[in-house]
Formats: sequence, structure tokens, C-alpha cells
Amino acid sequence: MAHPESVFDPVAFMALMQAGHGGLLGVEHRAHGADWAELALPYREALIGDPERGVLASGPILALMDTATSLAVHLKHGVERPHATLDLRIDYVRPATPGKTVIGRGECYRITRAIAFVRGIAHEGDTADPIANVAGTFMFTDL
Amino acid sequence: MDDLPYAHALGATPVAGDPTLLTLPFANAVVGRPGFLHGGAIGGFLEVASIVALRHALGIESDARIKPINLTVDFMRGGRDKPTFARGVVTRLGTRVANVDATAWQDDPARPIAAARMNYLIVRA
Repeated sequence: MAHPESVFDPVAFMALMQAGHGGLLGVEHRAHGADWAELALPYREALIGDPERGVLASGPILALMDTATSLAVHLKHGVERPHATLDLRIDYVRPATPGKTVIGRGECYRITRAIAFVRGIAHEGDTADPIANVAGTFMFTDL
Repeated sequence: MDDLPYAHALGATPVAGDPTLLTLPFANAVVGRPGFLHGGAIGGFLEVASIVALRHALGIESDARIKPINLTVDFMRGGRDKPTFARGVVTRLGTRVANVDATAWQDDPARPIAAARMNYLIVRA
């Protein structure tokens, strides 16, 4: 299903997102491959959910992973194709470390006619010590 | 809710007279593709609504810490250019774990745009 010459540009796509929710979060492109994308969520005080400890809220991590896995769908498909999140499940394995950038890696492991299946991991540089694990599905909206 | 910087950043505010009802205006901060709410912003709004409901249920035990374990969110409809509402309902409040359902809608509570199930660990002081 992957196109040999991918015309989807995740860097340009993420730049467009800065006008909206991506700008509030400060999410940045880090790296990508044929079926995966890695984004960075820099620590921001505005995104704190536990002021006593300075820990990021869980919502921004969910949004980071939704975006990273969505990019992975575009990348695996090869060309940009509209899709909507059908469901997203996230396990918050441990709290994010105050002050540290969270890295979100999303992977699209299967695309069918209507549905894209994704998984991902949020970490701080060591994938063996994750902050969160996600699994989800997207539905193509151009059918 | 005043002590939740993330809720403030999203633009989520409580609805006066209803302790577990929140509203979120459509604004740049929560937009994904043009004209639609970002799925992550909807999910984050549902998480805020869950926490507000859980704090309300805990009442005088407000010094108990709430730690999210996991979340499953289903997206049913696109969020359009209009205000969104969300409410969390605590389905079970145990000594260590709480289960919370949250729903988000725009025009009609019976036509949700998204729904979430969350499990929280409660660490009592």
C-alpha cells in the first residue's frame, strides 16, 4: 500500500498545524520514516496538570500521540489522505518528568480499505522507559 | 479548576450552577484541520471533565491525589465551529480506583461528538 515515492511532507504538515492546537502544544517534527513519525512536545508550564509537582497533564500527551499516529497514517499511505480518529486508547505508564521534552512516536502497522491501525509510545529518550503506550484506529473520510 | 493550567490553556470553563458541566469555546487553540476541533483537544477536554467530576465526587477528601491510569476515547462526530460541552460521570468510586465516563457534545447531549472511559488511581493522604 505504501507509495515508493511518498509525496506527503510531515514537516510542512506540522508547520500548518502551528496555527491551531499544535501551536498551543508547541509540538515539533523530529523524525519520520515510511510508516512512522516522531514528534517532540517541549515542556510548557501552560500544559501542567499537577501544579504541586509540575507534571504535564495527560491531555497534551494524548494530543501528541493522536498527531504522531495520524502522521504515520499519511506516511504509510504515501499521499495525504483525510482521516478521522475512530478511537484511541492510552495507558499512562508513569508521569512525565517535569522540565523534560516528551517524544511521541507513532506507527501505522496496517491499512485496510477504510481503516488504519496504529500504535505508539511516548517517552523521554529511552523507549524502554515509556511514559505512555497507545493503540488506536483511524477511519478514512473520503470513502 | 483554577489550579489546572492545562484546562485554562484549552479554554475550558465551568458552567455556572452545574458543578460537573464544562464548556469549551471554538478557538485557534483547539483547532485541528480548518473548521474542526483537534481530536487531541477533544480528548484533553474529556480528561479535564473527568477530573472535575472526580474531584466533585471526592468532595471533602480534596487532598486525595488523582493519577490517571488509562483512557479510551471514541470519536463519533467532527467537532464544528461552535461551543462544546462536556460532563464527567463517576461510575464507581472505590478506595483505590475510580472509573469515570465523560461525554462531549455540541448541540444536543444525545448526539455526542466523543466519549471517554477513564480509570484513575486515588492516592489518599
